[in-house]
Amino acid sequence: MTRRPPLVLVAPAAAAVAFLVLPGVALVQRAPWSSLHDLLTESAVADAMRLSLVVSLAATAVAVALGLPLAWLLARVDFPGRALLRALVLLPMVLPPVVGGTALLFALGRRGLVGQWLDRWFGLTLPFSTTGAIVAATFVAMPFFVLTVEAAIRQSDPGLEDAAATLGATPLTTFRRVTVPLVAPSIAAGAALTWARALGEFGATVAFAGNVPGRTQTLPLATFLALESRPEEAIALSLVLLAVSLAVLVSLRRHWILR
Amino acid sequence: MTRILLATVALLAAACSSTSKPTVRVLAASSLTDVYAQLASEFEEAHPGVDVELQFAGSSQLASLVVEGAPGDVFASADLVTMARVVDRGEARVDPEVFATNSLTLVVPTDNPAGVTGLDDLADRDLLVAQCAVEVPCGSAASALFASRDLVVEADSLEPNVRAVLTKVELGEVDVGVVYSTDALAAADRVAEVPLDPQRVANEYAIVTLDGAPAEADEFVAFVLSAAGRAALADHGFGLP
Repeated sequence: MTRRPPLVLVAPAAAAVAFLVLPGVALVQRAPWSSLHDLLTESAVADAMRLSLVVSLAATAVAVALGLPLAWLLARVDFPGRALLRALVLLPMVLPPVVGGTALLFALGRRGLVGQWLDRWFGLTLPFSTTGAIVAATFVAMPFFVLTVEAAIRQSDPGLEDAAATLGATPLTTFRRVTVPLVAPSIAAGAALTWARALGEFGATVAFAGNVPGRTQTLPLATFLALESRPEEAIALSLVLLAVSLAVLVSLRRHWILR
Repeated sequence: MTRILLATVALLAAACSSTSKPTVRVLAASSLTDVYAQLASEFEEAHPGVDVELQFAGSSQLASLVVEGAPGDVFASADLVTMARVVDRGEARVDPEVFATNSLTLVVPTDNPAGVTGLDDLADRDLLVAQCAVEVPCGSAASALFASRDLVVEADSLEPNVRAVLTKVELGEVDVGVVYSTDALAAADRVAEVPLDPQRVANEYAIVTLDGAPAEADEFVAFVLSAAGRAALADHGFGLP
């Protein structure tokens, strides 16, 4: 039985939709459709698009590889200071990204806390490199993955894991064969969120990795600079980000999240 | 739910309610941050009852705001091309006036690890160089400077603004950065300057009252152009026209 939804809920919801969608519509309306193809096939733009894909996908891969064990640890292992640790690892979500990027410089820069040793021992300099851009994107995006997956593991039935253990499965086997399949939809959802965040990442990247065309100049950086002198190109670049993320989020939602 | 809505509306109303004080909203280029903060408080002291509201950002970003109809009374741009974008769209009430100039200089980490002595060193490919991206005025000025000396410089990072260049130098991520003289002066305790010889004016700052501004806005512009304004600008390392 469905009843008419109350207006007091529908009206603010509609306002929220209008507020969130309107800027996107305005962007599409301002798009230079006739010159769009030329703008987007320019080699600098193509470079930024390719780099954005590489950086955001690599950041997502790192976030999944490191974030999944962390989410499991936070959800399933009881240890002193767990609440504090959770707050600390989620910090990048509330830290202004530019501050996060500068903090990364303090930590991993050429003269940073750890970075000076990376530089001295391995000759590894992260700023101004694509690896640096991946580090920055991972820093801001990984918490989204950890948060999503931790909540899912918490809500999954620990009885199934206990059953596996009583049947002789080692903790690692239980994690691989029971826990991960149980929360697979949330892993996909978390990865999608993480990827979207990494794709749009600007502040930490520009502060930590700088703006080097072909190496660290991702789509958001190229867009920001284009806005300074070539607004048409900025709009075209934004349309690409808009279209790609919309497509991926919609398709993910249909195939994995809402099974 | 209703209570939350009402509270939100009340909050918004409180945030929007304006005082009766006349307010001059000044949109100024980022490089003017320190000197304009000083000028604004001096102006407020001399004109009790007038409120100066400062907003700093890259000149082009501010020009876009003005052209798109954002509220503002005075616009101070770091170059004439950006000023023209605003004037050409009929947003200015009077003709803009040039009130200051700036030149480019080199800054290095305080211990100058690469031993930079002058502009010619920048041609060295192994030197880590940061400059502004050519899309922003400090970047196009840097490129023009290199071209004027027939130098080919491959910058290792093209920062979105001059403060970002300073940060990269201060933290030792690069060996040398190209910034404005005023920025080098403001950061004198954190970076070392390698002055250029001869100096070259990189850009001219222009100021204008925008259409629909209150009379107090014209007074603020006059104050910037006055002897007191010029003295403050000179203190902060600006050149005077």
